[in-house]
Amino acid sequence: MFPFSFEWIWDLSHMIFMGGLVYALTIIGIGMTYCILKTVVDTMHGKGGGQQH
Amino acid sequence: MKEEGKHKKAKKYGMVINLDECTGCGACMVACMAENNVPFKEDESNKLDSITWMRVYKLTNGKSYPEADICYLPRPCMHCEGHNGHSPCVSVCPATATDYNHDTGIVSQIYTRCFGCRYCMGACPYHARYFNWWDPVWPEESTKYLSPNVSPRMRGIVEKCSFCFHRYQLAMDKAYLEGRTVLEENEYQTSCTQACPAGAITFGDLNNPDHKVHQLAKPDNKHGGRPGNTNVFRLLERLGTNPKVYYMSSREWVRRAGDNYLDDEDFAKNHRH
Amino acid sequence: MDSALIPEGVKRCSFGKFAIGIIIFGGVLLWGVYAMLLIWLKGLNQTNMNDYYGFALWIWADLGVIALGGGAFFTGLLRYVIGKDELKNIINYAVLIGFICYSSALLILAIDVGQPLRSWFIFWHANVHSMLTEVAFCLSCYFAVLTIEYIPLILENRQINKVPFFHNLAHNMHEVMAIFAATGAFLSFFHQGSLGGVAGVLYGRPFAFREGIFIWPWTFFLFTWSAAAYGPCFTLFITRLTEKISGKKLVKQNVIDLLAKISGWTMGTYLIAKIIDTWYWASVSAPARGFNLIDFYSNNPFYGIWILIAEIVVCGIIPALILLTPKGRNNSTLLFTAVSLACIGVLLNRWVMVLQVMAMPVMTFDNWVMYIPSWQEVATTILPVAYGIILVMISFRYLPIFPQERELNS
Repeated sequence: MFPFSFEWIWDLSHMIFMGGLVYALTIIGIGMTYCILKTVVDTMHGKGGGQQH
Repeated sequence: MKEEGKHKKAKKYGMVINLDECTGCGACMVACMAENNVPFKEDESNKLDSITWMRVYKLTNGKSYPEADICYLPRPCMHCEGHNGHSPCVSVCPATATDYNHDTGIVSQIYTRCFGCRYCMGACPYHARYFNWWDPVWPEESTKYLSPNVSPRMRGIVEKCSFCFHRYQLAMDKAYLEGRTVLEENEYQTSCTQACPAGAITFGDLNNPDHKVHQLAKPDNKHGGRPGNTNVFRLLERLGTNPKVYYMSSREWVRRAGDNYLDDEDFAKNHRH
Repeated sequence: MDSALIPEGVKRCSFGKFAIGIIIFGGVLLWGVYAMLLIWLKGLNQTNMNDYYGFALWIWADLGVIALGGGAFFTGLLRYVIGKDELKNIINYAVLIGFICYSSALLILAIDVGQPLRSWFIFWHANVHSMLTEVAFCLSCYFAVLTIEYIPLILENRQINKVPFFHNLAHNMHEVMAIFAATGAFLSFFHQGSLGGVAGVLYGRPFAFREGIFIWPWTFFLFTWSAAAYGPCFTLFITRLTEKISGKKLVKQNVIDLLAKISGWTMGTYLIAKIIDTWYWASVSAPARGFNLIDFYSNNPFYGIWILIAEIVVCGIIPALILLTPKGRNNSTLLFTAVSLACIGVLLNRWVMVLQVMAMPVMTFDNWVMYIPSWQEVATTILPVAYGIILVMISFRYLPIFPQERELNS
């Protein structure tokens, strides 16, 4: 999975596969980080208190 | 010269099994089990979950007397090369627990790496791969006779014939100490080869013209190792698995039993010879 | 007793009735857990798998639930990326069903491996050329996406939603859901496909092997396509079942009609591709390896040609035709028959691509081998079903899954 494991080869297959994985994980990670940070900011500004969705 | 040097470096160990000589005695199976610490169950009657790296099949021509004929076919792991090392089992292993060695042509199994998904077993059409359904248990006294050169396998992983790879390692170690890098033909032989009382199994480097296996099989490396000898065939040649175990028989029905053919197919024409 | 937790304006059965249901399915779940522990402690010798059946009931169940759970990614794609807005009324349920299916698949995989403690090797020592590696990575990532899609639904529970932080988090997650849905569709395309590739790349097994494009056999595309086609049928099937059991109309007919119609078209086009694939396999691929089509379906007590007809015609063409006609979609009995048949069809396809591959001999002197699962295998396969029913019961009772429920039952 990582370049330091002995089966790792810097070839096209690894780059495409791991590139796709990192791409997906990055989007998921950034998306969730954004949601949580915005929620913290919103909550600190007093949004959503006692509201029903 | 350069080509010859390269040739010597990349070995391709393989077998030729003469089916006309095999008597079906099973000595190869026994030798293999003893040599490789192959575990066994108390009740070995169910062959679907017992481990036999080398298994002898009984083939019949389906005819009645006086034409009835039988043939015994020992089946180790075929150590398929596929196309350029793309063996059916190696390519599918998700954890890189099995590997095609381009220096020896041997398909290895890394027992401590395998996590037992069994995908390789599904991929192998020869059923040469076995799963350890149980913990390996030997009777107390027989543990003394286990081979110290082969690690026993744990429950929950896949194992298979290794062409007695530990013997290759020992032979290479010896050669290295003696300042050599090339093995003599008789320095590395599998236990089944040595145990066969009929001398039906020949083992060696298929890439080395001096070795008997090369002379018997006459492998055509430009065409996926196809045998050049008309009496030699490989199991399931048409699938493109490119196995390194060749079989030899003078009987056409035996050679035909090595692969699948359509009913209306002309065997002789399709058998390339 | 628990009325404060139940969404406002909807009616649910008494707590006692609910508790009895939970106890019954909880009992089944515990039976499955007992079998699971037996397998983990004693090993796979508790199953009836053998060296011919390396893959058996569990892998079929895995492929099956992932295909059926395909409704989540496809409905999500249609709703958030393509913009079929009406589907917002069924997407929550599709996500829940997907979440159950995928968590079940991961659990089954954890039971299925011989050395469960080494399961992480598939990630750590990944062989990027193996279809199973792709399955493991994409499946895990997509399960994370499904969890992210399911979380806002939990946060919308009447009591949880009163907490400002959770209320805001649910709102913000909804805001960016399109990005998660698109990522989910991307991941699903690959893992549904690679599950098809698992069988398709087996060039030593002429029954499974298919040619393809670049590194992907045709089964790669057929599996993704079939999951997109049949997955929504399972969403519709469970929705209809929930309506029947709860005695309420939960989703408006125009929403059902839209999803059924899209599913019908996807299924129709899939079947054309599947028929071409079968024809090519039967007339070119198999004969080149010395097999006639009938060789795959004879000399054994179970796998006859009926299985191919059942999969493609009875559980393929017939439901597709029903879903493609407005009359069929508007007749609730016909619609229910069609989605039920479709679910059976995709399960049959996955069965064939796992079990029949293993059953069929390839060497001329080998024989067909039949397999009957052990009770431990059956119990661990029923375990996720019981878990799914319990999660549906809890979610239906306490979470606002169906936005149209209040209006339809006022």
